[in-house]
Amino acid sequence: MKSASFDYVRPDTLDAVCSCLASHPDARIIAGGQSLVPMLAMRLARPSLVVDIAHIDELSAIRDDDDALVIGAMVRQATALSDPLVATHLPLLAKALTHVGHPSTRARGTVGGSLVHADPSAEIPLVAVTLGASLRIRDANEDFEFNAEEFFIGPMLTMIPPTACLFEICFRKPTSANVGTGFHEIAARRSDYALAAAAAHIEADDAGIVQDLRLAIGGISDFPQRLPVDVNIDLSAGKTNLGSNLTTAIDAALDSIDVVEDMHASASYRRRVAAELARRAVDDALSEIAQDLS
Amino acid sequence: MNITIDINGKNVSAAIEPRVTLLDFVRDVAGLKGTHAGCEHGVCGACTILLDGEAVRSCLILAAQAEGSQITTIEAVDGTARQPGELSVIQDAFCEAHGLQCGYCTPGMVLAAKTLLQHNPTPSREQVREAISGNMCRCTGYVQIIDAIMLAAERLQGRNQPANGA
Ligand code: FES
Ligand code: FES
Repeated sequence: MKSASFDYVRPDTLDAVCSCLASHPDARIIAGGQSLVPMLAMRLARPSLVVDIAHIDELSAIRDDDDALVIGAMVRQATALSDPLVATHLPLLAKALTHVGHPSTRARGTVGGSLVHADPSAEIPLVAVTLGASLRIRDANEDFEFNAEEFFIGPMLTMIPPTACLFEICFRKPTSANVGTGFHEIAARRSDYALAAAAAHIEADDAGIVQDLRLAIGGISDFPQRLPVDVNIDLSAGKTNLGSNLTTAIDAALDSIDVVEDMHASASYRRRVAAELARRAVDDALSEIAQDLS
Repeated sequence: MNITIDINGKNVSAAIEPRVTLLDFVRDVAGLKGTHAGCEHGVCGACTILLDGEAVRSCLILAAQAEGSQITTIEAVDGTARQPGELSVIQDAFCEAHGLQCGYCTPGMVLAAKTLLQHNPTPSREQVREAISGNMCRCTGYVQIIDAIMLAAERLQGRNQPANGA
């Protein structure tokens, strides 16, 4: 398994990356390469030019922007996983990152690469959708951004123009001190592609009233999607069972999703598992908050 | 393109095509055949090497991307120059615990173990499983590999010194 031939450049500015992309319509960006290199090896990708963005320093930084944490597109997954700012402000991302690939692919794979690759079962896109992250992109010296919810449009398909480069991802920090998160997935093997995954991020006020409940699923459809659940939850008397309201709301939200079917799992299996994982993710998140409050 | 990579403390230079992976560079340019080529697309872990001290899959890295990094292969697993046939503590533990049969996966397993034990000298069995979760073995059934890494962890802490200190 050897790739077809290509040229390779290593620009040191983002604008230089954009001009390489503009002059070679079939160029591909390489960040960590953990998805692109296998595609090259299997000749599923045959670019004429590979543009390495690892030497643009500002893409590898994690920045504290008061009410947001901004992660450079080239930040390695292992770096994000061990970063204290990520652990403090983005506990859901930290939880999800332990499910991304294996330690040896996380050492190379990047946060931005996973987002742009847009595998429907990937964890980082699921977290970005759950948290409504903004993806900041440069195209021909012009910067713009997408909300993660509008960024993913199909399996391995995003809104990013072929001449553009994702440079950073902005995650809003939780506004409340009482935050709980949950992340669950089912895969055939450890760290394999998730057949279904669910992420929950919940914030409650000091009285224990849930103010923000964000739940999303991945792996079961063409791209990760939010599950709108509008249920009043009061944790002031401690956490009890999820209650039928929440369970019904999750099932109802899942009903409107087009679930994929393939040789690994049927649509009905994926739907059932997704519902259970979503419940567990919410349950974990609520338990964390209840513990903090008690 | 011309590239130079530090492999096991020596600079190796060659004119290569950009499509050459680090795996092929290590095996065919540097001539170090201890790094094994299994799937060549990132699913088996046989090609694991250390890049700046961390276990990575050399088949998933272009040699060009590795310029400026320090590579360690199984041939220099514990840094010190050993005589041919002499084993590092982790390798020795694999022999003793029967952590290998055909040996194809072993270089990758040993290096994955090395990274783990550097970060976490006293791992649980579960943490060992996680660390080698990306490395496939078609022979041993993994249990003895985990035993081997646990044994290596114990020995690296000096726990196999004779009780009288002799
Ligand atoms: S040869 Fe690299 S992972 Fe299989
Ligand atoms: S010992 Fe044969 S593959 Fe592991």
